[in-house]
Amino acid sequence: MTTNKIIPADILLHHEVSQFIFHEAKLQDEHEYDAWEALWADDGVYWIPANGTDIDPEKEMSIIYDNRSRIALRIRQFHTGKRYAQEPKSGVRRVTSNIEVTTLENGEIEARANSIIFEANLRGEFTWACRYIYNLRRKGDGFEMKKKTVLLANNDKALYTLAFLV
Amino acid sequence: MPVENKIDFDTLIKSDQVHGSLYHNEEIYKEELEKIWFKTWVYVGHESEIPKTNDFIMKSIGPQPVIMTRDRKNKIQLLQNRCPHRGNQVCVKQKGNAKLFTCPYHSWTFSNSGDLVGYAFPEGYEGNPNADKKKLGLAKVARVASYRGFIFGSMAEEGPSLEEHLGGAMEMLDRVCLTSPEGEIEVTAGFLKHKTRSNWKFLVENETDGYHPAFVHSSIFSVAESGIGGLYDNKSTALTRDYGNGHTEVDLRPEFRKFDEPMRWFGTTPKKLPDYVKNMNAAYGDTRAREIMIDGTPHAMIYPNLFIAEIQLFVIQPVAVDETVQHVTALQFKGAPVLNRRMRQQTMGSVGPAGFLLADDSEMYERTQRGVKSKQPEWLFLGRGEQREYRDEDGYRVSHATDETPSRGIWRHYRSLMEE
Repeated sequence: MTTNKIIPADILLHHEVSQFIFHEAKLQDEHEYDAWEALWADDGVYWIPANGTDIDPEKEMSIIYDNRSRIALRIRQFHTGKRYAQEPKSGVRRVTSNIEVTTLENGEIEARANSIIFEANLRGEFTWACRYIYNLRRKGDGFEMKKKTVLLANNDKALYTLAFLV
Repeated sequence: MPVENKIDFDTLIKSDQVHGSLYHNEEIYKEELEKIWFKTWVYVGHESEIPKTNDFIMKSIGPQPVIMTRDRKNKIQLLQNRCPHRGNQVCVKQKGNAKLFTCPYHSWTFSNSGDLVGYAFPEGYEGNPNADKKKLGLAKVARVASYRGFIFGSMAEEGPSLEEHLGGAMEMLDRVCLTSPEGEIEVTAGFLKHKTRSNWKFLVENETDGYHPAFVHSSIFSVAESGIGGLYDNKSTALTRDYGNGHTEVDLRPEFRKFDEPMRWFGTTPKKLPDYVKNMNAAYGDTRAREIMIDGTPHAMIYPNLFIAEIQLFVIQPVAVDETVQHVTALQFKGAPVLNRRMRQQTMGSVGPAGFLLADDSEMYERTQRGVKSKQPEWLFLGRGEQREYRDEDGYRVSHATDETPSRGIWRHYRSLMEE
């Protein structure tokens, strides 16, 4: 076993991206709203389509299609303490896995992953399943989110309120 | 099969109080299906959702799915999704274009007007007098009628006409269409489907409850630059109105007329929508166009399931005594592409499972549903503003924006339907 084994760049990138995704997941699970908001690029887009995975959000309804200022508004609403759909806050824990990382031609990084999310709220206990697509840009030692797409496995069905950060 | 009248609704509904069991009693819910959902006029869909010959889309009447088709003769049909053979669902696609529906179970095939056009291995039916194809088509919703593109269905062969049912509320649908320079709305942006563990009547009542926004929605009013909050303030000049037959509205026009600013209803100005204003002026003349752009679209609850919330269209669907789906989309006005884009953006922000407004409304529906199961005080008090309610020049009951005139009207109508 060599002690100075060079880690190939793609393995390092996969590790870095995975750590970023786990960090983001933790901030969401723990309702660390401001720290989560700080992960967004100035041109960030947070997208949760409805009725399939290939709709045009400029033409059809999405569950969330937030530009950066609407992400900020979402966070400000939480901070009022009167966002009743999250007061009391849901108990949330997610497991994110199956992470695949690609470097795009423009230098941005695209990561895809699966997540299973457990949510407990006043209504009861619920499980959500989704595919995440992250579009990330290098920022300092880490990354910033240019786009996060959440493809809920049941987004063509009637859904209960989804007010925690997914 | 008529339902035996075991429940005495007279003892459960008073002019200003309703009994909590009305929201959670399973027997009452079953009776509502027969006496309201499977009998009276129910909104099903909009003509613009099936624009081409042979288009179809899956819709519902209460918990029951209905296939809405535009048949080969361009007639709108509402078909029940149940094969007359073994009861299988003949269509599981959400929408599409099809001349025929073939049941996958034994390959019975139906036209998009519901007629049985063929069954597989027909030899087995030859000479059987009961296997008459004319009698084995898909069941249709007995009556279909539309007004300005809004399609309604009634499963009762006889009853009041759609015009009689809508009555004075018909004018609210006219008002929706006026906001289009071409006088038509379109439903083309797809629906969000938001489920809530609550009885459907809590939703219907909430839609024209002008008392709750100041509290349930204070979180978003306080952080967004929105003029909505003031409309539902204690000092607001807006009104609630009961049109009869369960139809109600929050009439925001007095507030908008007070400010006298076109497009204020949409939180914008004519300068930001120059093409729209030009087209409106051309369509209606400058004076009338200005009035329309000041008044805005209505906040209208057409009983029992169509809610127009200024910029959105909701369809309320009960699926169980304590479960309801809200189908919601952005209203789209024909000939107003820039306005429509903003309609979609605002709708996505406000409604659906993650909406700034509707997630909190739904939270209230669910807490209320759990709340009314507590034994006491048994009754809900809906008396707000009864003492200051009056009749407008058309004879409709009117009161302050925050008064419970709509709820009382809804329950008055409900009682008349359930006692029939």
